[in-house]
Amino acid sequence: MTPSHLWTAYYTIIYHEVARIVRIWSQTLLPPVITSGLYFIVFGTFIGSQLPPINGFSYIQFIVPGLIMMQVITSAYSNTVSTFYFAKWTKTLDEMLVSPMPEWVIIAGFMSGGVLRGLIVGALVLATSLFFTHLVIFNAFILVAAIVVTAVLFSLAGLINGVFAKGFDGISIVPVFVLTPLTYLGGVFYSVSRLPPFWQHVSLFNPILYMVNAFRFGFLGISDVPLWQCFAVLLGLMIIFLGVLGYLFKRGVGFRQ
Amino acid sequence: MTSAVSVSNLRKTYDGKKGAPTVEALRGINLTIAEGDFFALLGPNGAGKTTLIGILTSLVNKTSGEASVFGANIEQDRSLAKTFIGLVPQEMNFNIFEKVIDIVVTQAGYYGMPRAVALPRAEQLLKDLGLWDKRNTPSQQLSGGMKRRLMIARGLVHNPKLLILDEPTAGVDVEMRHEMWSFLRKLNSSGTTIILTTHYLEEAEALCRNIAIINKGTIIINEPMESLLASRGHASLEQIYLDLIKQEEK
Repeated sequence: MTPSHLWTAYYTIIYHEVARIVRIWSQTLLPPVITSGLYFIVFGTFIGSQLPPINGFSYIQFIVPGLIMMQVITSAYSNTVSTFYFAKWTKTLDEMLVSPMPEWVIIAGFMSGGVLRGLIVGALVLATSLFFTHLVIFNAFILVAAIVVTAVLFSLAGLINGVFAKGFDGISIVPVFVLTPLTYLGGVFYSVSRLPPFWQHVSLFNPILYMVNAFRFGFLGISDVPLWQCFAVLLGLMIIFLGVLGYLFKRGVGFRQ
Repeated sequence: MTSAVSVSNLRKTYDGKKGAPTVEALRGINLTIAEGDFFALLGPNGAGKTTLIGILTSLVNKTSGEASVFGANIEQDRSLAKTFIGLVPQEMNFNIFEKVIDIVVTQAGYYGMPRAVALPRAEQLLKDLGLWDKRNTPSQQLSGGMKRRLMIARGLVHNPKLLILDEPTAGVDVEMRHEMWSFLRKLNSSGTTIILTTHYLEEAEALCRNIAIINKGTIIINEPMESLLASRGHASLEQIYLDLIKQEEK
Protein backbone atom coordinates (compact mmCIF):
# COMPACT_ATOMS: atom_id res chain seq x y z
CA MET A 1 0.00 0.00 0.00
CA THR A 2 1.23 3.50 -0.79
CA PRO A 3 1.37 6.15 1.97
CA SER A 4 -1.81 7.63 0.55
CA HIS A 5 -3.58 4.24 0.75
CA LEU A 6 -2.35 3.80 4.31
CA TRP A 7 -3.66 7.22 5.26
CA THR A 8 -7.06 6.44 3.72
CA ALA A 9 -7.25 3.13 5.61
CA TYR A 10 -6.28 4.83 8.89
CA TYR A 11 -8.72 7.68 8.29
CA THR A 12 -11.48 5.16 7.54
CA ILE A 13 -11.09 3.52 10.95
CA ILE A 14 -11.10 6.90 12.69
CA TYR A 15 -14.11 8.14 10.68
CA HIS A 16 -15.94 4.95 11.61
CA GLU A 17 -15.01 5.34 15.29
CA VAL A 18 -15.99 9.00 15.53
CA ALA A 19 -19.29 8.31 13.74
CA ARG A 20 -20.01 5.62 16.34
CA ILE A 21 -19.06 7.87 19.28
CA VAL A 22 -21.34 10.62 18.00
CA ARG A 23 -24.17 8.24 17.02
CA ILE A 24 -24.39 6.84 20.54
CA TRP A 25 -23.45 10.08 22.33
CA SER A 26 -25.87 9.32 25.16
CA GLN A 27 -23.71 6.29 26.03
CA THR A 28 -20.28 7.66 25.16
CA LEU A 29 -20.29 11.39 25.97
CA LEU A 30 -23.14 12.17 28.33
CA PRO A 31 -22.47 9.80 31.29
CA PRO A 32 -18.99 11.18 32.11
CA VAL A 33 -20.36 14.73 32.06
CA ILE A 34 -23.20 13.83 34.47
CA THR A 35 -20.92 11.83 36.77
CA SER A 36 -18.34 14.62 36.88
CA GLY A 37 -21.06 17.21 37.47
CA LEU A 38 -22.18 15.21 40.52
CA TYR A 39 -18.59 15.01 41.77
CA PHE A 40 -18.25 18.78 41.37
CA ILE A 41 -21.49 19.38 43.28
CA VAL A 42 -20.98 16.88 46.11
CA PHE A 43 -17.21 16.82 46.62
CA GLY A 44 -16.31 20.19 45.16
CA THR A 45 -19.09 22.43 46.40
CA PHE A 46 -20.82 20.76 49.39
CA ILE A 47 -17.88 19.02 51.05
CA GLY A 48 -15.03 20.99 49.46
CA SER A 49 -16.31 24.32 50.81
CA GLN A 50 -15.71 23.01 54.34
CA LEU A 51 -12.12 21.90 53.66
CA PRO A 52 -8.96 24.00 53.98
CA PRO A 53 -7.07 24.98 50.80
CA ILE A 54 -4.48 22.56 49.41
CA ASN A 55 -1.22 24.23 48.36
CA GLY A 56 -3.11 27.52 48.14
CA PHE A 57 -5.96 26.24 45.94
CA SER A 58 -9.57 25.57 46.90
CA TYR A 59 -10.52 21.90 47.11
CA ILE A 60 -12.64 22.04 43.95
CA GLN A 61 -9.77 23.63 42.02
CA PHE A 62 -7.53 20.86 43.30
CA ILE A 63 -9.81 17.99 42.23
CA VAL A 64 -10.89 19.31 38.80
CA PRO A 65 -7.71 18.17 36.96
CA GLY A 66 -7.94 14.73 38.58
CA LEU A 67 -11.62 14.35 37.72
CA ILE A 68 -10.99 15.34 34.11
CA MET A 69 -8.15 12.83 33.93
CA MET A 70 -10.30 10.13 35.53
CA GLN A 71 -12.94 10.48 32.81
CA VAL A 72 -10.29 10.64 30.06
CA ILE A 73 -8.75 7.41 31.33
CA THR A 74 -12.09 5.60 31.60
CA SER A 75 -13.36 6.82 28.23
CA ALA A 76 -10.18 6.05 26.27
CA TYR A 77 -9.90 2.58 27.80
CA SER A 78 -13.54 1.62 27.46
CA ASN A 79 -13.68 2.85 23.87
CA THR A 80 -10.91 0.61 22.57
CA VAL A 81 -11.73 -2.42 24.69
CA SER A 82 -15.40 -2.38 23.69
CA THR A 83 -15.01 -1.56 19.98
CA PHE A 84 -12.21 -4.05 19.47
CA TYR A 85 -13.98 -6.84 21.33
CA PHE A 86 -17.25 -6.06 19.50
CA ALA A 87 -15.38 -6.22 16.17
CA LYS A 88 -13.92 -9.57 17.21
CA TRP A 89 -17.25 -10.91 18.43
CA THR A 90 -19.19 -9.89 15.32
CA LYS A 91 -16.23 -10.89 13.12
CA THR A 92 -16.21 -7.45 11.48
CA LEU A 93 -12.54 -7.47 12.50
CA ASP A 94 -12.00 -10.15 9.84
CA GLU A 95 -12.79 -7.55 7.18
CA MET A 96 -9.86 -5.49 8.40
CA LEU A 97 -7.61 -8.52 8.65
CA VAL A 98 -8.29 -9.69 5.09
CA SER A 99 -7.57 -6.20 3.74
CA PRO A 100 -3.98 -5.19 2.88
CA MET A 101 -3.85 -2.81 5.83
CA PRO A 102 -0.77 -3.56 7.96
CA GLU A 103 -1.36 -4.46 11.60
CA TRP A 104 0.14 -1.19 12.82
CA VAL A 105 -2.52 0.80 10.97
CA ILE A 106 -5.25 -1.22 12.70
CA ILE A 107 -3.59 -0.59 16.08
CA ALA A 108 -3.19 3.13 15.29
CA GLY A 109 -6.80 3.38 14.11
CA PHE A 110 -8.36 1.82 17.20
CA MET A 111 -5.97 3.75 19.44
CA SER A 112 -6.85 7.06 17.79
CA GLY A 113 -10.57 6.35 18.26
CA GLY A 114 -9.96 5.91 21.99
CA VAL A 115 -7.79 9.03 22.17
CA LEU A 116 -10.40 11.14 20.40
CA ARG A 117 -13.18 9.96 22.69
CA GLY A 118 -10.95 10.61 25.71
CA LEU A 119 -10.14 14.14 24.54
CA ILE A 120 -13.74 15.00 23.65
CA VAL A 121 -14.88 13.78 27.07
CA GLY A 122 -12.01 15.70 28.71
CA ALA A 123 -13.08 18.91 26.97
CA LEU A 124 -16.72 18.40 27.99
CA VAL A 125 -15.84 17.73 31.63
CA LEU A 126 -13.54 20.77 31.62
CA ALA A 127 -16.40 22.91 30.27
CA THR A 128 -18.71 21.49 32.97
CA SER A 129 -16.19 22.36 35.69
CA LEU A 130 -16.35 26.03 34.67
CA PHE A 131 -19.90 26.16 36.05
CA PHE A 132 -18.48 25.43 39.50
CA THR A 133 -15.10 27.14 39.66
CA HIS A 134 -12.69 29.26 37.69
CA LEU A 135 -9.55 27.57 36.45
CA VAL A 136 -6.06 28.84 35.82
CA ILE A 137 -3.65 27.30 33.36
CA PHE A 138 -0.09 27.20 34.63
CA ASN A 139 1.51 25.52 31.61
CA ALA A 140 -0.63 24.69 28.57
CA PHE A 141 2.06 22.57 26.94
CA ILE A 142 2.41 20.24 29.96
CA LEU A 143 -1.36 20.10 30.27
CA VAL A 144 -1.92 19.04 26.64
CA ALA A 145 1.04 16.64 26.65
CA ALA A 146 -0.17 14.92 29.84
CA ILE A 147 -3.73 14.45 28.65
CA VAL A 148 -2.76 13.24 25.15
CA VAL A 149 -0.12 10.78 26.39
CA THR A 150 -2.52 9.44 29.05
CA ALA A 151 -5.30 8.98 26.49
CA VAL A 152 -2.86 7.15 24.18
CA LEU A 153 -1.68 4.96 27.03
CA PHE A 154 -5.13 3.87 28.13
CA SER A 155 -6.35 3.38 24.58
CA LEU A 156 -3.47 0.95 24.10
CA ALA A 157 -4.22 -0.74 27.43
CA GLY A 158 -7.88 -1.13 26.41
CA LEU A 159 -6.80 -2.64 23.12
CA ILE A 160 -4.61 -5.21 24.89
CA ASN A 161 -7.61 -6.09 27.08
CA GLY A 162 -9.78 -6.38 23.94
CA VAL A 163 -7.30 -8.76 22.32
CA PHE A 164 -7.37 -11.14 25.30
CA ALA A 165 -11.09 -10.81 26.12
CA LYS A 166 -13.05 -13.96 25.41
CA GLY A 167 -16.44 -12.71 26.52
CA PHE A 168 -18.27 -9.58 27.66
CA ASP A 169 -17.13 -10.38 31.23
CA GLY A 170 -13.56 -10.09 29.99
CA ILE A 171 -14.02 -6.47 28.95
CA SER A 172 -15.49 -5.35 32.27
CA ILE A 173 -13.22 -7.13 34.78
CA VAL A 174 -10.17 -4.88 34.32
CA PRO A 175 -12.08 -1.56 34.36
CA VAL A 176 -14.07 -2.52 37.46
CA PHE A 177 -11.47 -4.36 39.51
CA VAL A 178 -8.21 -2.71 38.42
CA LEU A 179 -8.81 0.64 36.75
CA THR A 180 -11.40 2.06 39.14
CA PRO A 181 -9.45 1.32 42.37
CA LEU A 182 -6.21 2.63 40.83
CA THR A 183 -7.96 5.80 39.69
CA TYR A 184 -9.56 6.50 43.07
CA LEU A 185 -6.26 5.82 44.82
CA GLY A 186 -4.24 7.81 42.29
CA GLY A 187 -4.48 11.19 44.00
CA VAL A 188 -7.59 12.47 42.27
CA PHE A 189 -9.26 13.55 45.50
CA TYR A 190 -6.25 14.09 47.73
CA SER A 191 -2.59 14.99 47.77
CA VAL A 192 -0.47 11.91 48.50
CA SER A 193 1.88 14.15 50.49
CA ARG A 194 -0.79 14.11 53.22
CA LEU A 195 -0.66 10.30 53.50
CA PRO A 196 1.51 8.44 56.07
CA PRO A 197 5.00 7.70 54.63
CA PHE A 198 4.21 3.99 54.06
CA TRP A 199 1.16 4.75 51.88
CA GLN A 200 3.05 7.49 50.10
CA HIS A 201 5.54 4.85 48.98
CA VAL A 202 2.79 2.41 48.03
CA SER A 203 1.11 5.14 45.96
CA LEU A 204 4.25 5.53 43.87
CA PHE A 205 3.51 2.10 42.33
CA ASN A 206 0.22 3.42 40.97
CA PRO A 207 0.80 4.74 37.41
CA ILE A 208 -2.33 6.88 37.56
CA LEU A 209 -0.73 8.98 40.28
CA TYR A 210 1.82 10.22 37.71
CA MET A 211 -0.84 11.05 35.11
CA VAL A 212 -3.03 12.96 37.53
CA ASN A 213 -0.07 14.91 38.89
CA ALA A 214 1.36 15.79 35.48
CA PHE A 215 -2.05 17.08 34.42
CA ARG A 216 -2.54 18.94 37.69
CA PHE A 217 0.86 20.55 37.22
CA GLY A 218 -0.31 21.86 33.84
CA PHE A 219 -3.28 23.55 35.54
CA LEU A 220 -2.03 24.57 38.96
CA GLY A 221 1.75 24.27 38.82
CA ILE A 222 1.81 21.78 41.72
CA SER A 223 2.65 18.07 41.74
CA ASP A 224 3.29 15.40 44.38
CA VAL A 225 5.99 13.80 42.22
CA PRO A 226 8.68 15.37 40.01
CA LEU A 227 7.39 16.15 36.53
CA TRP A 228 10.16 14.27 34.75
CA GLN A 229 9.17 11.13 36.66
CA CYS A 230 5.57 11.56 35.52
CA PHE A 231 6.50 11.68 31.84
CA ALA A 232 9.15 8.97 32.19
CA VAL A 233 6.51 6.59 33.60
CA LEU A 234 3.96 7.58 30.93
CA LEU A 235 6.35 7.20 28.01
CA GLY A 236 7.89 4.01 29.42
CA LEU A 237 4.48 2.36 29.75
CA MET A 238 3.48 3.57 26.29
CA ILE A 239 6.53 1.92 24.72
CA ILE A 240 5.86 -1.33 26.62
CA PHE A 241 2.19 -1.39 25.56
CA LEU A 242 3.09 -0.67 21.92
CA GLY A 243 5.63 -3.50 21.97
CA VAL A 244 3.09 -5.91 23.47
CA LEU A 245 0.45 -4.95 20.92
CA GLY A 246 2.89 -5.26 18.02
CA TYR A 247 3.69 -8.81 19.16
CA LEU A 248 0.05 -9.78 19.72
CA PHE A 249 -1.06 -8.50 16.31
CA LYS A 250 1.87 -10.06 14.51
CA ARG A 251 1.02 -13.44 16.02
CA GLY A 252 -2.71 -12.85 15.70
CA VAL A 253 -3.22 -13.78 19.34
CA GLY A 254 -6.91 -13.85 20.19
CA PHE A 255 -8.20 -13.36 16.66
CA ARG A 256 -6.24 -15.45 14.14
CA GLN A 257 -6.25 -19.27 14.24
CA MET B 1 -1.68 -17.84 -18.31
CA THR B 2 -0.89 -16.81 -14.69
CA SER B 3 -2.45 -18.89 -11.99
CA ALA B 4 -4.85 -17.04 -9.74
CA VAL B 5 -4.12 -19.37 -6.85
CA SER B 6 -1.19 -21.69 -6.39
CA VAL B 7 -0.96 -23.90 -3.33
CA SER B 8 1.88 -26.30 -2.68
CA ASN B 9 2.09 -28.91 0.08
CA LEU B 10 -0.08 -26.79 2.34
CA ARG B 11 -0.62 -28.11 5.85
CA LYS B 12 -2.59 -26.86 8.79
CA THR B 13 -2.73 -28.52 12.17
CA TYR B 14 -4.93 -27.09 14.90
CA ASP B 15 -3.71 -27.62 18.45
CA GLY B 16 -6.17 -29.55 20.56
CA LYS B 17 -7.74 -27.40 23.25
CA LYS B 18 -7.72 -28.57 26.87
CA GLY B 19 -6.01 -31.89 26.20
CA ALA B 20 -8.01 -32.71 23.06
CA PRO B 21 -5.99 -34.30 20.22
CA THR B 22 -4.59 -32.08 17.46
CA VAL B 23 -6.62 -31.81 14.27
CA GLU B 24 -4.97 -32.03 10.85
CA ALA B 25 -7.26 -29.80 8.81
CA LEU B 26 -5.06 -29.75 5.68
CA ARG B 27 -2.68 -32.62 4.93
CA GLY B 28 -0.26 -31.21 2.37
CA ILE B 29 -2.59 -30.18 -0.43
CA ASN B 30 -1.53 -29.00 -3.89
CA LEU B 31 -3.87 -26.91 -5.99
CA THR B 32 -3.67 -24.54 -8.95
CA ILE B 33 -6.55 -22.36 -10.07
CA ALA B 34 -6.16 -20.59 -13.40
CA GLU B 35 -6.86 -16.90 -13.89
CA GLY B 36 -10.44 -16.33 -15.06
CA ASP B 37 -11.67 -19.67 -13.78
CA PHE B 38 -14.98 -20.32 -12.04
CA PHE B 39 -13.80 -22.94 -9.60
CA ALA B 40 -15.82 -25.12 -7.26
CA LEU B 41 -14.23 -26.15 -3.98
CA LEU B 42 -16.50 -28.79 -2.50
CA GLY B 43 -16.41 -31.11 0.46
CA PRO B 44 -18.32 -32.13 3.55
CA ASN B 45 -18.38 -30.02 6.72
CA GLY B 46 -14.97 -30.01 8.40
CA ALA B 47 -13.18 -31.16 5.22
CA GLY B 48 -10.79 -28.19 5.23
CA LYS B 49 -12.43 -25.77 2.76
CA THR B 50 -12.80 -22.89 5.18
CA THR B 51 -9.28 -23.49 6.53
CA LEU B 52 -7.87 -23.24 2.99
CA ILE B 53 -9.82 -20.03 2.39
CA GLY B 54 -8.69 -18.75 5.79
CA ILE B 55 -5.04 -19.33 4.89
CA LEU B 56 -5.38 -17.60 1.52
CA THR B 57 -7.02 -14.59 3.18
CA SER B 58 -4.63 -14.53 6.20
CA LEU B 59 -7.32 -15.31 8.75
CA VAL B 60 -5.61 -18.62 9.54
CA ASN B 61 -1.87 -19.16 10.01
CA LYS B 62 -0.59 -22.09 7.96
CA THR B 63 1.53 -24.78 9.61
CA SER B 64 3.73 -25.35 6.53
CA GLY B 65 3.72 -25.19 2.74
CA GLU B 66 3.38 -22.35 0.27
CA ALA B 67 0.49 -20.39 -1.20
CA SER B 68 0.36 -17.50 -3.61
CA VAL B 69 -2.34 -15.37 -5.21
CA PHE B 70 -1.60 -14.04 -8.71
CA GLY B 71 2.08 -14.77 -8.05
CA ALA B 72 2.18 -12.90 -4.74
CA ASN B 73 3.23 -15.12 -1.86
CA ILE B 74 0.74 -14.85 1.02
CA GLU B 75 3.56 -14.43 3.53
CA GLN B 76 6.35 -12.54 1.77
CA ASP B 77 4.02 -10.34 -0.32
CA ARG B 78 1.08 -10.47 2.04
CA SER B 79 -0.17 -6.95 1.41
CA LEU B 80 -0.07 -7.36 -2.38
CA ALA B 81 -1.72 -10.79 -2.25
CA LYS B 82 -4.54 -9.36 -0.16
CA THR B 83 -5.29 -6.58 -2.64
CA PHE B 84 -6.21 -9.27 -5.20
CA ILE B 85 -8.76 -11.02 -2.99
CA GLY B 86 -12.39 -10.24 -2.24
CA LEU B 87 -13.95 -12.46 0.41
CA VAL B 88 -17.60 -13.25 0.97
CA PRO B 89 -17.55 -15.28 4.18
CA GLN B 90 -20.03 -17.89 5.22
CA GLU B 91 -21.08 -16.10 8.40
CA MET B 92 -22.71 -12.67 8.16
CA ASN B 93 -20.13 -10.40 9.68
CA PHE B 94 -21.19 -6.82 9.39
CA ASN B 95 -22.24 -4.36 12.05
CA ILE B 96 -26.01 -4.75 12.21
CA PHE B 97 -26.49 -1.15 13.31
CA GLU B 98 -24.74 0.35 10.29
CA LYS B 99 -26.35 1.46 7.06
CA VAL B 100 -25.84 -0.58 3.91
CA ILE B 101 -23.92 2.16 2.09
CA ASP B 102 -21.62 2.76 5.06
CA ILE B 103 -20.73 -0.94 5.31
CA VAL B 104 -19.63 -1.03 1.67
CA VAL B 105 -17.79 2.31 1.66
CA THR B 106 -15.97 1.54 4.92
CA GLN B 107 -14.70 -1.70 3.44
CA ALA B 108 -13.34 0.19 0.43
CA GLY B 109 -11.48 2.48 2.81
CA TYR B 110 -9.61 -0.47 4.34
CA TYR B 111 -8.17 -1.07 0.87
CA GLY B 112 -7.05 2.55 0.59
CA MET B 113 -9.92 3.65 -1.64
CA PRO B 114 -10.92 7.24 -0.77
CA ARG B 115 -14.59 7.89 0.02
CA ALA B 116 -15.05 10.01 -3.10
CA VAL B 117 -13.95 7.06 -5.27
CA ALA B 118 -15.72 4.43 -3.18
CA LEU B 119 -19.16 6.08 -3.23
CA PRO B 120 -19.82 5.78 -6.99
CA ARG B 121 -18.33 2.27 -7.00
CA ALA B 122 -20.61 1.28 -4.09
CA GLU B 123 -23.59 2.86 -5.86
CA GLN B 124 -22.96 0.79 -8.98
CA LEU B 125 -22.58 -2.45 -7.04
CA LEU B 126 -25.66 -1.85 -4.91
CA LYS B 127 -27.65 -1.09 -8.05
CA ASP B 128 -26.35 -4.23 -9.77
CA LEU B 129 -27.29 -6.30 -6.75
CA GLY B 130 -30.69 -4.68 -6.26
CA LEU B 131 -29.85 -2.99 -2.96
CA TRP B 132 -29.65 0.67 -3.93
CA ASP B 133 -33.12 1.39 -2.52
CA LYS B 134 -31.93 0.00 0.80
CA ARG B 135 -28.70 2.01 0.94
CA ASN B 136 -29.76 4.01 4.00
CA THR B 137 -31.31 1.05 5.81
CA PRO B 138 -29.51 -0.40 8.84
CA SER B 139 -28.31 -3.83 7.82
CA GLN B 140 -30.26 -5.60 10.57
CA GLN B 141 -33.48 -4.70 8.74
CA LEU B 142 -32.48 -6.53 5.55
CA SER B 143 -33.85 -9.94 4.61
CA GLY B 144 -31.51 -12.97 4.54
CA GLY B 145 -31.09 -12.76 0.76
CA MET B 146 -30.36 -9.04 0.90
CA LYS B 147 -27.72 -9.60 3.57
CA ARG B 148 -26.00 -12.17 1.34
CA ARG B 149 -26.03 -9.69 -1.57
CA LEU B 150 -24.66 -6.98 0.70
CA MET B 151 -21.74 -9.27 1.55
CA ILE B 152 -21.06 -9.74 -2.18
CA ALA B 153 -21.15 -5.97 -2.77
CA ARG B 154 -18.76 -5.46 0.12
CA GLY B 155 -16.40 -8.16 -1.17
CA LEU B 156 -16.31 -6.57 -4.61
CA VAL B 157 -16.00 -2.90 -3.73
CA HIS B 158 -12.21 -2.78 -4.17
CA ASN B 159 -12.31 -4.49 -7.60
CA PRO B 160 -10.63 -7.76 -6.62
CA LYS B 161 -9.22 -10.06 -9.30
CA LEU B 162 -10.21 -13.08 -7.22
CA LEU B 163 -13.56 -13.42 -5.46
CA ILE B 164 -13.90 -16.17 -2.86
CA LEU B 165 -17.48 -17.09 -2.08
CA ASP B 166 -18.03 -19.28 0.96
CA GLU B 167 -21.64 -20.54 0.84
CA PRO B 168 -22.97 -17.37 -0.78
CA THR B 169 -26.50 -18.61 -1.37
CA ALA B 170 -27.15 -20.40 1.93
CA GLY B 171 -30.68 -19.56 3.01
CA VAL B 172 -31.49 -17.65 -0.18
CA ASP B 173 -34.76 -18.42 -2.03
CA VAL B 174 -34.65 -20.05 -5.48
CA GLU B 175 -35.53 -16.96 -7.49
CA MET B 176 -32.95 -14.83 -5.73
CA ARG B 177 -30.38 -17.61 -6.07
CA HIS B 178 -30.82 -17.61 -9.85
CA GLU B 179 -30.43 -13.82 -9.94
CA MET B 180 -27.20 -14.18 -7.98
CA TRP B 181 -25.99 -16.86 -10.39
CA SER B 182 -26.60 -14.55 -13.28
CA PHE B 183 -24.68 -11.75 -11.54
CA LEU B 184 -21.77 -14.08 -10.80
CA ARG B 185 -21.63 -15.40 -14.37
CA LYS B 186 -21.46 -11.83 -15.67
CA LEU B 187 -18.74 -11.01 -13.16
CA ASN B 188 -16.72 -14.07 -14.18
CA SER B 189 -17.08 -13.33 -17.88
CA SER B 190 -15.70 -9.84 -17.23
CA GLY B 191 -12.47 -11.48 -15.98
CA THR B 192 -12.89 -11.99 -12.23
CA THR B 193 -11.68 -15.38 -11.04
CA ILE B 194 -14.21 -16.95 -8.68
CA ILE B 195 -13.79 -19.71 -6.12
CA LEU B 196 -17.11 -21.05 -4.90
CA THR B 197 -17.70 -23.32 -1.96
CA THR B 198 -21.25 -24.52 -1.60
CA HIS B 199 -23.35 -27.41 -0.37
CA TYR B 200 -25.82 -26.84 -3.23
CA LEU B 201 -24.15 -29.08 -5.78
CA GLU B 202 -26.47 -28.10 -8.61
CA GLU B 203 -25.16 -24.57 -8.07
CA ALA B 204 -21.56 -25.71 -8.55
CA GLU B 205 -22.60 -27.78 -11.58
CA ALA B 206 -24.40 -24.85 -13.17
CA LEU B 207 -21.67 -22.28 -12.58
CA CYS B 208 -18.22 -23.82 -12.36
CA ARG B 209 -15.81 -24.98 -15.06
CA ASN B 210 -13.36 -26.74 -12.74
CA ILE B 211 -13.85 -28.56 -9.51
CA ALA B 212 -11.89 -29.85 -6.54
CA ILE B 213 -13.37 -32.04 -3.85
CA ILE B 214 -11.64 -32.00 -0.52
CA ASN B 215 -12.20 -34.54 2.22
CA LYS B 216 -10.44 -34.87 5.57
CA GLY B 217 -7.81 -32.36 4.52
CA THR B 218 -6.91 -34.08 1.25
CA ILE B 219 -7.96 -33.24 -2.31
CA ILE B 220 -9.61 -36.35 -3.74
CA ILE B 221 -10.68 -34.96 -7.12
CA ASN B 222 -9.37 -31.99 -9.09
CA GLU B 223 -10.47 -31.81 -12.74
CA PRO B 224 -12.68 -29.98 -15.23
CA MET B 225 -16.38 -30.25 -14.42
CA GLU B 226 -17.24 -31.52 -17.90
CA SER B 227 -14.73 -34.35 -17.85
CA LEU B 228 -15.76 -35.38 -14.33
CA LEU B 229 -19.42 -35.60 -15.36
CA ALA B 230 -18.55 -37.38 -18.64
CA SER B 231 -16.26 -39.90 -16.95
CA ARG B 232 -19.13 -40.98 -14.67
CA GLY B 233 -21.69 -41.45 -17.42
CA HIS B 234 -23.15 -37.96 -17.01
CA ALA B 235 -24.55 -38.70 -13.59
CA SER B 236 -25.47 -35.64 -11.56
CA LEU B 237 -22.67 -33.96 -9.63
CA GLU B 238 -24.56 -34.75 -6.46
CA GLN B 239 -24.48 -38.48 -7.21
CA ILE B 240 -20.80 -38.40 -8.15
CA TYR B 241 -19.99 -36.45 -5.00
CA LEU B 242 -21.86 -38.89 -2.76
CA ASP B 243 -20.15 -41.87 -4.42
CA LEU B 244 -16.72 -40.33 -3.98
CA ILE B 245 -17.23 -39.45 -0.34
CA LYS B 246 -18.64 -42.95 0.36
CA GLN B 247 -15.62 -44.49 -1.34
CA GLU B 248 -13.33 -42.41 0.85
CA GLU B 249 -15.15 -43.50 3.98
CA LYS B 250 -14.43 -47.15 3.07
